[in-house]
This record gives sequence, C-alpha cells and structure tokens, in this order.
Amino acid sequence: MNAATAIPSTSSRPGFLGEVMDRTPGDNRLDLCIQCGSCGGSCPAGREMEHTPRRLFALIRADEREQVLRSNAPWYCVSCYYCTVRCPQEVHITDLMYTLKAMAIEAGLYHDASLPDFSETFVDYVEKYGRSFELGIATRFNLRHHPLSLAGMAPLGLGMLKRGRMDLTPHRIDGMAQLTAILEKAKALEGGLQ
Amino acid sequence: MKALFYPGCSMQKNARPYLDSLLAIREVIDLELQEIEDWNCCGATEYMSVHRVAAHSLVGRNLALARQQARDTDLLTAGCSACYLNLAKTDTQMREDAGLKNTVNQALAAGGLEYKPGSIKVRHLLDLVCHDIGYDAVKARVVKPLHGLKVAAYYGCQVVRPDYDGRWDSHEHPTSMDKLLAALGAEPVDWALKTQCCGGHMTVIGPDVAFGLIRRLIHGAREAGADLVVTLCPMCQLNLDAYQVEMNKHFHTDYQVPVLYFTQLMGLAFGKKAKELGIGKEFVDAAPALAKIQAEAPKVAETKRKRRPKPGDALPMPGME
Repeated sequence: MNAATAIPSTSSRPGFLGEVMDRTPGDNRLDLCIQCGSCGGSCPAGREMEHTPRRLFALIRADEREQVLRSNAPWYCVSCYYCTVRCPQEVHITDLMYTLKAMAIEAGLYHDASLPDFSETFVDYVEKYGRSFELGIATRFNLRHHPLSLAGMAPLGLGMLKRGRMDLTPHRIDGMAQLTAILEKAKALEGGLQ
Repeated sequence: MKALFYPGCSMQKNARPYLDSLLAIREVIDLELQEIEDWNCCGATEYMSVHRVAAHSLVGRNLALARQQARDTDLLTAGCSACYLNLAKTDTQMREDAGLKNTVNQALAAGGLEYKPGSIKVRHLLDLVCHDIGYDAVKARVVKPLHGLKVAAYYGCQVVRPDYDGRWDSHEHPTSMDKLLAALGAEPVDWALKTQCCGGHMTVIGPDVAFGLIRRLIHGAREAGADLVVTLCPMCQLNLDAYQVEMNKHFHTDYQVPVLYFTQLMGLAFGKKAKELGIGKEFVDAAPALAKIQAEAPKVAETKRKRRPKPGDALPMPGME
C-alpha cells in the first residue's frame, strides 16, 4: 500500500463512527471517506450486497447502528482488497468489514444466521485442534444450514477423497495447551483495546 | 537461499500437489526451507470476523515460533495467499499500532511467547522465486522448456493486495508470474482478469455468487486462448478446479480449463515427472493440455472405476467430540 497521504485521520470520533474506527487497527481513515463509490464499483460481490461499502459508511456516519449491523454486506465481502487499493482516501475498507462482522456477532444483529455461522464453525475447529479441518467444517455447516445440499455436494467430497485431497480426521497440534492459553487471554483482552 | 516455511492447513491435504511440487523443485532452485515446528492455522479470512485480537494472537504464535526457531534467516515464506496475508497483516499492524502490539504480546505471554514486529520478514513463495531467486536462475535450470503451452497467469487477490511492503509491480495487472512462466518457455496470454476474485468463501456460504465469479475467470482464460490457468494459491485452485465442475452443472456449461500451480509447471520444465509433482490430482484433467509439451500426466483418478455407489460411500460425519 502507498504511504498514508498528508492529511491525518481523526481518531476518537463520537458515536458509532468513533466506535467502528477505534475497533479497527491502525490508521483506518474511515472518517475521510468522500462517498465516491469506487469501493462498490470495484466489489466482485457488490451486486449481491444490501448496501455497498459506500452506503454502509454513510449509514455509519448517520449513526444507523442497527441497519449497518443487520446488513449482509460485510458477510459478502470476499476479502479481495480491490476497494482498499482503489480508495482515493486510503480507507482500510476490508479491515473495516471485519470489524463490522465482529460487532454484528456481538450484538446478535444479522438477518441470516448462516453467514456468521460459517466463520464461527471455522473458529471452533481451529480452537479445538489448532488446524483447520475442511471436511468437518463443510459437513457441520451444511448439515445445519443447507441439509438438502449435502447430497449434491457428495460427488465433490468423494472426488477430494479419491484424489487424496481431503483428510477424514482432524490433525491436532502438540502445543494445543499453549495455543488455548494464548487465545483465552486474547479474548479477555479483546475489549481492552478500545 | 534459506527461508522459514509456513505450509498452512491447505497444503497438508487439499493443496498437497502444491507442497509436493515445491518439495520436488526446491533443490533445483537452491531453496532451503525450514518448516516452523508445530505451527497452527492462520485463521484464514474467518477468524478475524469473530475475534480480532485473538485472530492476531493466533498468527502471533506462528510469528513468535518462527523467530524462536529461526536458523540463519529472518525470511518466512508461505505458499497460500491467505496464510501469507495473515502473517504479513499481523506483523504490519503490530508495527503500526502500539496498542495492538502490546495486547497481542500480553496474550502471547500467557503461552510463554513474545513477538517483536518486524523481526521476521514475511514473503509469498512467488515473491521469493521471482524476486530473490530470479528469472535468470530459473531459466538456467530449464531442461524441458514448455514451448507451445499457452498459460493464463492467475494471481488472485491476497498476494498482490493490499501489498503492505510494496513487493509487486501492480495491484491489478502484475507481471511477475507471467515473466516466470515465460522463463520456463511457456507463452503467457494477455488477459484482464488475472487479479479478480475466485469466489473465496462464497463457494460455501453463497455458491450462486461464487459460480458467477468462477465462470467469469474460466471463460476469460479460455477466450484469451489459454490451455490452462496457473495459480499460486490453494483456495484459488480449489475454487477454479473442483468448483469448475459444480459451476458447469449450475450453468449447464462444459468448460474444461485445467488449473495447476506455478510450482508444478516449474517442475515440468526442470524435467521432473508429472506424478512427483502431484499432476493428476486435479478435477479438470490437465493431460490434454500437457500433451502439447509431451509431459506424461497420469490419468485422473475418477476414470479408474465406475460402479454404483454403495451405502458405505457416504461422507463420514465428523463430530466436535
């Protein structure tokens, strides 16, 4: 990324804008958005989002907390960083989407529970084994949210097994106790960063 | 050259051909890899959405272990885009944000670890190959040039963007992998979609969105005249290869564009056997395309046996214990 431009971003703004900015690391520059729409125009999933990033940012400034946290937009973000590198104000848009997702989970504000549940299923496996486990994540997520799609996914799963590209059992790291201690401490500190 | 190595979860299994081909070529290009012992998952793009400090601490453990175990190098390389970006992001944001640095280090201290941001230099594998080992050194090792093979160099998103350390010539139209493939004797095609999204996690949470993105890329590569797509990321390979089959079912199309890793093509040009490079494990058979360079590609496993599925064939259901 380019070096930050000369105008510094103002931290600790009041209201929802300040809250979102404070929870996003580094100089995220959200208050410098000029509503140009480069983000939405660059977004591969923008068409499916209820609000483009530009509209979300306008809503954040207008203190529309609930509408923002209910939006499907952050969950449809594919982390491609096109908006981030194209933003003329160098707003850290992708990082802000992560912040909004975490805030939506905390507030219990999302209209489709399957969206955060994929992230949470992934996290559960990582916290249990220290490694990702594709078969477990995909089956648990689909069983819970799209049970009818499981039959359709079977050829893909079998194809992965036949090619030796999928594990049947998860791998657990040796330092699991150490990792658990680190993650528990990190979660206890999660609020302290604000 | 020497580098610490973070394989990541995907390379262990679904992207095993990526790992196998890297291991097969490392001596040819004088790349000595030291795997981080007992590394953990990087959190992909999911952990960050749930617990941000914990996500950085998860990555922090890998960085701290890398620093602790490092012998004669401070370079750390990863082949997966998400692994690379998460390692680079935690290091960068700990450098830029003193509050985050202190918080992550307090968490790491609970596991007896500490990480000083900047003490490890995180690089994607393609970056090391192109910019440190260099095109000339690669070209000098080619014994079987890939003449006649038209390739679409596909970079995906998270290696060239956000590019914290300015390692690439462009965020949207980079040329490093094109030059590498040209050094191997292949012919890179000119195409506009080389850094467009493969669908990421949308293949699972919103397949219709993902299928549209996959079709756009596969169609674009075919229109540009490519025999195959060359990738640097396990997720891109999985989405464009395995989900190309699902995408075809969804749109009633019949695209057959194989997707291989750049390390597999390097191996072929260095005279390695296709099987040793994991070629043959892809869903869309690469054999017809590779016939142009007379590389023997083992038949894809699927064609081996055709029988009616038995009850025991169903996917096993794992539990959380």
